[in-house]
Amino acid sequence: MNELLILIPAYNEAGAIGGVVTEVQSVMPDTPVLVVDDCSADATVSLAREAGARVLALPHHLGLGGCVQAGYRLAFELGYQFVIRVDGDGQHDPRDIVKILEALEREKCEMVIGSRFVNGAGPQFGAVRALGIVFFRAVLRPILGKSVHDPTSGFVGVNRTALGLFSRSFPLEYPEIEALVVLQRRRFRFVEVPCRFRPRRTGRSSITAVKSLYYMVHVLLGVFVNVLKFEGRRK
Amino acid sequence: MHRLLNVLAVFSLALILAVLSSVRRAHIRVEYSVSWLVASLALLGLSRSAGTLRWIGDVLGIANPPLALLMVSGSIFIVVLFRLSLRISGLKDANIALTQRIAILEYRLESIDEKVKATPAS
Repeated sequence: MNELLILIPAYNEAGAIGGVVTEVQSVMPDTPVLVVDDCSADATVSLAREAGARVLALPHHLGLGGCVQAGYRLAFELGYQFVIRVDGDGQHDPRDIVKILEALEREKCEMVIGSRFVNGAGPQFGAVRALGIVFFRAVLRPILGKSVHDPTSGFVGVNRTALGLFSRSFPLEYPEIEALVVLQRRRFRFVEVPCRFRPRRTGRSSITAVKSLYYMVHVLLGVFVNVLKFEGRRK
Repeated sequence: MHRLLNVLAVFSLALILAVLSSVRRAHIRVEYSVSWLVASLALLGLSRSAGTLRWIGDVLGIANPPLALLMVSGSIFIVVLFRLSLRISGLKDANIALTQRIAILEYRLESIDEKVKATPAS
């Protein structure tokens, strides 16, 4: 039985992906690492392979949600019990993977979020992005029935139950926040564990200050669409 | 205002010709051309039928028949566009599922190839 898979979605991360894969493998030497390449134009695929990762190469660019879901689908088909997603830009500290895995096994919950803020401290963001995080905490609180400190974190672990759900239904563009609502609709549980986050090794975040407003409107609409979905019509 | 009706009639004729030309060149599939042809024929028919326009204007409470025609034609085209958005959403979902399936099949094929290569020939 396959136990744990480390999933790294990547798009044009040639500058960081090799280091991220190597670092993950040094922390989790016997755990397979799967890089899901979202049709990068650079050498992400070859560098990930050289570093020792298996690569799921998408023939079209799907965006983050479609990229992550492809990895979830493969992991589900291959029978993995847990999948932990680590970003390909080096922001997530692989030493915290163990912490997330332990929480998944200990809490018996469907999802564990590696949180930047769960202990009250966190990295410094620009005003717009910080405002967005505060805004979505407030929006999600009544929907989820509990607080979530870091709803935009991409450092998440899921068990097989959530893996099965996400392989069928996963938000496409900005998936982290909507995924929480998808989980809640199934009465699944999540917990947060404090994790270390680092600056990106290369490149820039896809969510710039200019895009933040669009992001907020888009995600807000996605949240309410998920809240309003008929449970009986879900596949 | 009759000039506006004439302009709409010319516009709908041009639209009909454009749709038929696109169908002939296989730039648009027949099932999608039907919506546009029905909409443009309705627009053309209404722009040439003052009595029907007056009746629609009375029903909608619009005193000016050409404005009634604009409102009706605008509504028809909004419905057509909405139907197309539904189709595009369905196609995008199918495209994502296919892309993911192709990638997964390629991955599994590579895995099989690796296993075959690693197996010593008997």
